[in-house]
Amino acid sequence: MSAEIAPGVAQWLRRVGGAVTDAGIKLGYASRFFVAVLWETPGAFRRIHLTVREIYFSGVLSLVIILMSGLFVGMVLSLQGYETLSRYGADEQLGILVALALVRELGPVISGLLFASRAGSAITAEIGLMKTTEQLTAMEMMAVDPVARVVAPRFWGGVISMPFLAALFSAFGIFGGYIVGVRLIGIDAGAFWGQMTAGVDFYPDVTNGIIKSFVFGTAVSLIAVFEGYNAKPTAEGVSSATTRTVVMASLSILALDFVMTVFMFRGARFV
Amino acid sequence: MNRSAIDLWVGIFVAIGFGAILFLALKVGNLLTLDRTPGYRVEASFDNIGGLKLRAPVKAAGVLVGRVESVRLDTKTYEAVVRMRIDNEYQFTKDTIASINTSGLLGEVYVGLDAGGDPTMLKDGDRIAKTQSAVVVEKLISQFLFDKASSGGGSSASGDAAPAKAAAKAAEGARK
Repeated sequence: MSAEIAPGVAQWLRRVGGAVTDAGIKLGYASRFFVAVLWETPGAFRRIHLTVREIYFSGVLSLVIILMSGLFVGMVLSLQGYETLSRYGADEQLGILVALALVRELGPVISGLLFASRAGSAITAEIGLMKTTEQLTAMEMMAVDPVARVVAPRFWGGVISMPFLAALFSAFGIFGGYIVGVRLIGIDAGAFWGQMTAGVDFYPDVTNGIIKSFVFGTAVSLIAVFEGYNAKPTAEGVSSATTRTVVMASLSILALDFVMTVFMFRGARFV
Repeated sequence: MNRSAIDLWVGIFVAIGFGAILFLALKVGNLLTLDRTPGYRVEASFDNIGGLKLRAPVKAAGVLVGRVESVRLDTKTYEAVVRMRIDNEYQFTKDTIASINTSGLLGEVYVGLDAGGDPTMLKDGDRIAKTQSAVVVEKLISQFLFDKASSGGGSSASGDAAPAKAAAKAAEGARK
């Protein structure tokens, strides 16, 4: 009986082992790719207009979706927060609730997720298509390093855009919260802003939000350029690479957010 | 799209991005309020600080005059030593009473200062002698129950006065 089961178990174990080995190899490859991108960065910054162009494509063109989402998230947060806070007669704390939720968590995380699906997928598709149509090989033939010319500007464009997008998301969210809380529900404007200013600190709340958004920007951009550069040079390969970018980037944003929150906000503010 | 237009848009993007960060720092956060203003430090020891946290407000007559800078336990007296920074523009008398209060039932815990009539003022590094600890609701309740039990069944006619008495006793115990 065990002789019948053993080959099946061995097969299963082999499959698990293979998956782990593949993941390890890919992680190592991605790390080396990250080092290569950083190594080529000075060369890429010498032609700064390439990076500026990428900031335009991933930052400026993401503005509409980021600002609109921020506004609506802030408005919903304000409505729901008021529902609960008014039960305890604490509706004037709404400003703190909206501001802390946005600045600490929702601003960086949601703008990171939107950035991954709006800009990250575009970067992957673009680089993947360049690889499929052998433009990257052609560059190498002309002694132009594709990492310096194509990858590094896109990576840095994302890294630079992300903190600004997250800050704008939070700012517009707070504005949305103000519209609903003060204009629609009728909380006193002085209490709304005053409580917010008293309850939110530049350090650690705002600075930690900025650090988070910077880390998310790095993670999303790295995953996007890596998946694009590593895509199978077929139409199907590019499409699956784009999907992987969005999935991997979203998951790593949420996981990184949890880890950073544990380190940033546990015990730092309390006696 | 030509290069100067892209440069312009990226410039606008970076500018409003910095504007948003500035908004979060100044309007939403409190980068400029009180933290930068110079102040003097005073200490006060309490039997119990309740839920007092770092950076909790220090208020006099409800006005924010400073913040709690550090809280530590004195292992000789087993009292909590609270270090506060008070804004320079507010001076307090030597016989000021510091108390731990709560704003509302669920509100934040803060240090309240009640000035006395002493002609000398508190200086940097001084210690506030008169303090009043936080009122711990559990202690109040247990004291009330103890009071109830010790007074026995005979005095149940004066039962209405018991809670008030217990509260007064607890407050006296908290004041030193």
